Amino acid sequence: MDALISLQSRTVVLPTRDIDTDQIIPARFLTTTSREGLGDALFHDLRYDQDGAVRAEFPLNDPATRDCEILVAGNNFGCGSSREHAPWALVDYGFRAVISTEFADIFRNNALKNGLLPIVVDADTHDWLIAHPGAELGINVEASSLELPDGRIIEYPIDAFARYCLTRGIDQLGYLQQQSAAVATFEETRSWKP
Amino acid sequence: MPNARTLVEKVWAEHVVVPETAAAPAVLYIDLHLIHEVTTPQAFALLRERGLPVRRPDLTLATMDHSTPTTPVTSLRDIDVVSESAANQIRQMVRNCRDFGIDLLGFGSEQRGIVHVIGPELGASQPGKTIVCGDSHTSTHGAFGALAFGIGTTEVGHVLATQCLLQREPRSLAVNVSGHLPAGVTAKDLILAIIREIGVDGGTGHVIEYRGEAVRALDMEARMTICNMSIEAGARAGLIGPDDTTIEYLAGRPRVPQGVAWDAAVSRWRGLRSDEDAEFDRSVAIDASQLQPMVTFGTNPGMVVGIDEPVPDLSDASFRKALEYMQVTPGKPMSENPVDVVFVGSCTNGRLSDLQQAADILRGRTIADGVRMLVVPGSQQVKQRAEELGLHRIFTGAGAEWRESGCSMCLGMNGDTVASGQLSVSTSNRNFEGRQGIGARTVLASPATAAASAVMGRVADPRGLK
Ligand code: SF4
Repeated sequence: MDALISLQSRTVVLPTRDIDTDQIIPARFLTTTSREGLGDALFHDLRYDQDGAVRAEFPLNDPATRDCEILVAGNNFGCGSSREHAPWALVDYGFRAVISTEFADIFRNNALKNGLLPIVVDADTHDWLIAHPGAELGINVEASSLELPDGRIIEYPIDAFARYCLTRGIDQLGYLQQQSAAVATFEETRSWKP
Repeated sequence: MPNARTLVEKVWAEHVVVPETAAAPAVLYIDLHLIHEVTTPQAFALLRERGLPVRRPDLTLATMDHSTPTTPVTSLRDIDVVSESAANQIRQMVRNCRDFGIDLLGFGSEQRGIVHVIGPELGASQPGKTIVCGDSHTSTHGAFGALAFGIGTTEVGHVLATQCLLQREPRSLAVNVSGHLPAGVTAKDLILAIIREIGVDGGTGHVIEYRGEAVRALDMEARMTICNMSIEAGARAGLIGPDDTTIEYLAGRPRVPQGVAWDAAVSRWRGLRSDEDAEFDRSVAIDASQLQPMVTFGTNPGMVVGIDEPVPDLSDASFRKALEYMQVTPGKPMSENPVDVVFVGSCTNGRLSDLQQAADILRGRTIADGVRMLVVPGSQQVKQRAEELGLHRIFTGAGAEWRESGCSMCLGMNGDTVASGQLSVSTSNRNFEGRQGIGARTVLASPATAAASAVMGRVADPRGLK
C-alpha cells in the first residue's frame, strides 16, 4: 500500500445518498481473481447505458473530472456488500479520498486498508462541497484536516491506528503477525476450544 | 449491578488476545472462518506471495456458492458457468483449499450450499463463537448468539494467516420486539419493518441484539432471517441470545461437540445472555402484533411499506430517483404492480421452512401466465429434504423452476438474472439498482408473499390465498 500523507486535488461530486457497493462495482465484475484493472468497472452501470454508450450526464464522464482524486458523495456511501472490489475499483480509477457525511462500516475498513481515505464531514461542509463540484481541496492526513478553497480548515475524525498505517503505507498483516506469541498463549490457555 | 454486561460484551471479552488502546485496535481471536470463491482469491495470492501457511485450517470451512451454476454439476470438468473468469475463480478455490489444507464442501459434496446456510446446518455456527466471512451477511450466524460479521478480502487474508483481526469494540443497539406476529406475517416481514424503523444507516457502528417475546417465539430459521438482514440496517452484526430453541436445533448436528463436551458446551451456552441490567448504547421498540406482510418499493431495503399501505411521497431527489427507477407511483399500494419474475431462495429465505411457506401457497395452484418463478434451495441438504417432502413437485407442478443450491438470482453473478425493466418479487435481501441484473426492479418480500405474487401475477397479499 502506498503511503498517503497529503493530497491536493479538485473534487468530483455524486450527490446521491446511500450509494451501495453494487453501484460502485456491479456483481458481474467480481469473477476476477486479481485486484488490478477494476477501474474500468467503477460505477459501470451509471457510466454506461445498457448498450455500452457513455451517459454524458454522469459526472465521471466529464473529461474535466478525469484527474480528480477526491470523490464527494451523498450520505451513507458504500453500504451493502463487503466486496473489497469497491475500494480497489475506486483506487484503480485514481481516487485517493472519498468525502461523505457517513460511511458503511465494512466499506470504511476496506478503504483504509487500500490507501483510500474516507473523510466524514459535518452536514454544512458537506452541503457546500456538494454545491461546489470541482472545488480545489487540500488534505493533510497527518493533521486529519481538510482545507477548503477559502482557506477554512476542517478537522475530520479518523482512527489513530488507521492514520498511522495510512501515512506510513503499513499493511496491518505485519502488525498482526508480530502478535503471534500472544495468539499462541491465548489458544493454549482459553477455557474452551472451538 | 455495576458489572452487568451485554451478550456482545461477554463474547467480545472472551476473544480479546490483545486489548484495545487509543493507539491500536484490539487483536480479536476468530473461532470460525467461512470462505467462498468470490472474496478469497486475492487473499490466498497474498499468502502465496509471502510464503505464509493458513494458521488454523481446522477452523476454516470453505464452500462455493456465489458464481456457481444452479443447474446440475457432477464434475469440475463440466462446470457450466457464465464466463471463463467465473470458471477460473471456481478452479482457483479448489486449488487454494487443496494447497492450504482447508476442508472444501465443493461440487459433489452433499453439504455444499450458501455459506450462511451450511454453517448453521452443519452445527459449525455455535453460541459464543466469533465467526467471520468475506461476506456482509455473516450476521446470519448471530441467530445462535455468536458474534458474526462480514469482512473484506484483506481481512480474510489476516484471518487465514493469523486467525485474528484488528477490531474496535462495537456499540450496542437493542431492538425489543413485543407482542406476537399475526397469522400470515413472518420473520421477513418483521425484519423489513425493523429496517424501516432504524433506517439503512441507523445501525452503523453497532451490533444489534434482537430481544423480546416475539423474538423468543421464533424458530431458528426465522431467527436467521432476522439476523441476516442486520447489515441492511447498516449494523456490523446482529444476534439473539441462545435458549432451548437454539440448543434443540444444534443437538445431533455433525460439527457440534460430542458426549461430555456437548454437555459442557450446553452449560456454557446457557450463561450467554445479556445481564438483566446491562446497558445498551441505544434501543428501539417494535410491536409485532401491529405488523402486516411487508414489501419494499424502492432501491434500498429501508424503503418498505405494508402490503395494504400506499407508497409514500417525498420530494427528496434520491427518493424520487428510486421511484423512477422502480416505476412505482406514490400514493398507490404496491399490489397494483404486475410481476415478471419471482425468486424464492438466498441466505435470507432459502431454508426448508421458507420453501414450505412458499409451497403452502402454491399447493394446488399454478403461477400466472407470463411469470417466471425460480426456486433455489439454500443448500444441497435443503434441496434433498425438500424433495423428500415432495415440495419440488409442488413447485414444478405450479410452473416454477426447481434448481441446485446457490446464491443465484440474489446477486445474479452466476447467470441467473432478471432482465432489464422486469419486476421481480424476491425473498433475498437487497433491492439495489441492478442487483438482480442490469435494469432489474426488485421488490423484497417473504416467501409467502413471493409465492402469492407468482400466483396472482402482481404483488399480492398471501393472507388472501390461505
Ligand atoms: S444469497 Fe445473496 S446475500 Fe446471501 S451470500 Fe449469496 S449473494 Fe450474498
